[in-house]
Amino acid sequence: MSSMGKLNKHQARTAYLFITPTMLLFAAFTIIPVIMALYLSFTNYDVVSRMDFVKFDNYKRLLQDDLFWTTFKNVAFYSVIFIPLNILISLLLAMLLNFRRFGVKLFRTMNYLPTLTSAVAAATVWIWLLHPEFGLVNNLLSYVGITGPAWLAQTETAMFSIIMVTLWQSVGSNMVIYIAGLQGVPDYLYESAKLDGATAFDRFRYITWPQLRPTTFLVSTMSIIGALQLFDQAFVLTQGGPGNVTKTPVYLIYQQGFNQLQMGYASAQAFVLALAILIFSLINMRLSKSEEPIV
Amino acid sequence: MAQQTISAAAARRTRPASVTARKVLASVVFYIVTIVIAVCMFLPFFWSLITSFKPSDEIFSVPISWLPSRITFEHYKAAFTTVPFGLYFYNSFVLAAAGVLCNLFFGSLSGYAFAKLDFKLNKPLFRVLLAAMMIPGIVTMIPSFYVLKHFPLIGGNDLMGDGGNGFLNSFWGIILPGASGSFAVFFMRQFFLTLPSDMMEMARIEGCPEFRIFWNIYLPLTKPALATLSIFTFQAGWNSFLWPMIILNDPDKATIQMGLQAFSYNYQTDYGPMMAGALIAILPILILFLLLQKYFVQGIAFTGTKG
Repeated sequence: MSSMGKLNKHQARTAYLFITPTMLLFAAFTIIPVIMALYLSFTNYDVVSRMDFVKFDNYKRLLQDDLFWTTFKNVAFYSVIFIPLNILISLLLAMLLNFRRFGVKLFRTMNYLPTLTSAVAAATVWIWLLHPEFGLVNNLLSYVGITGPAWLAQTETAMFSIIMVTLWQSVGSNMVIYIAGLQGVPDYLYESAKLDGATAFDRFRYITWPQLRPTTFLVSTMSIIGALQLFDQAFVLTQGGPGNVTKTPVYLIYQQGFNQLQMGYASAQAFVLALAILIFSLINMRLSKSEEPIV
Repeated sequence: MAQQTISAAAARRTRPASVTARKVLASVVFYIVTIVIAVCMFLPFFWSLITSFKPSDEIFSVPISWLPSRITFEHYKAAFTTVPFGLYFYNSFVLAAAGVLCNLFFGSLSGYAFAKLDFKLNKPLFRVLLAAMMIPGIVTMIPSFYVLKHFPLIGGNDLMGDGGNGFLNSFWGIILPGASGSFAVFFMRQFFLTLPSDMMEMARIEGCPEFRIFWNIYLPLTKPALATLSIFTFQAGWNSFLWPMIILNDPDKATIQMGLQAFSYNYQTDYGPMMAGALIAILPILILFLLLQKYFVQGIAFTGTKG
């Protein structure tokens, strides 16, 4: 009995030794930063001069900062279009490529390839594709008699260009997640529904969609977190322009914090953005729970 | 009654023809739709590849020319000579590889501890790690910068973390914060859970030290998981952009993503070299994917089912 206790103690010591590096890094780069995030937002930290506690000054300033709310409006516009389209397109692709047919694997691979590209490389390629005069997109449009816009330079189309590029980059991996989800739906559900005379749409509405709810929850949560933190594509494709219509909160935080070195103020902005992400994730959690249960 | 049987018989007779016709039609529609989608998804790759091989005067032609009249490598030469693309490539490779090695080692070490070893804080600590995965990166961005800058006794800092620049402008500033990601720990733990524990007990009776049980018995069994994890870590490291841009100021330490962004910003009309650069930045991940496609799909399916 006592040797058992000794063994357990020895095991526990080994375990703590094994997790020490991870826990130290976790403390230094997650726990301390999370606690500091709130504290910094109440200071005027600017890297060079002394850090003072300024109470709610940053938050007061933030309320009157039109540019900050503009970036929120931009990213909200982006999310409202991007997130539903992202779910819809990847689900449709998954249902299409879940058929057992010759060559399906190749098509899946083709759709997955864009997700391998870095945001910067993808944006660079799309700058050229969306060139108003010599770009591929406008030249293809001219085949059908449409004069394409200057995608990245016009206020009406700049955000749509970013939506297009990010969709191109993200539907592939979500498609794979959805295919894994679809393959987890038991066949007997479809078979008994067919016997009961359910139409294809009914089968989707009452079997596929409810069965995929955990998958949709995962995809939508990741889309929300990613979409509200949009940066890379906006930075490379449009530099936030034209006229700030594609400037995002993370872009502004980056500029405020690391170009103008107003890190205290940038921390306050980051905190508000994190709060927004939290709220929308919770709403999403509620929505996906409130739907009627399966069968 | 009789009429019904007749019409049913008639239906049975005509059915094979119409069913096969419908099947063929469905196949045709299926292939048209999938091919159109696949072509649309692939077109940007094709077009950048074509552009990177075209002579400069053909890049700007209306109507567009689908194939180059002759293949030229001048844009690749230009991309490597106007900016030190080779150096950027090397920097990115070092950073991504270091990230992979650290995550494989620390991730599997603590994943093993959380899955296989008994200790009091096992569940609470793991839950905290898991919960931290939900924290958006923007929250820790500025404070992590602060921690790196004021790291005690590093980069000219004193014990209180003042006076120097800490880990700023060094590769450590990128490697350390991501060295043992929560995802790596979680992923490896889930895999170790599927392995039986009796091997461990046998080895203990034989008097095998704990680290050797982990290193010589269990770790070799996790090769597929390690492969999947290294692919994802490498891809994340190679493609990351914002954090390296914050930490690295020295142009000689720039990563390929930073170099590519600066290039497309500074040489806005040099589309040939720009496409060549973008393709070079994509190539390593593409090769990795083509070689290890199986592990990619497994990894995503894992996040899909366990997430």
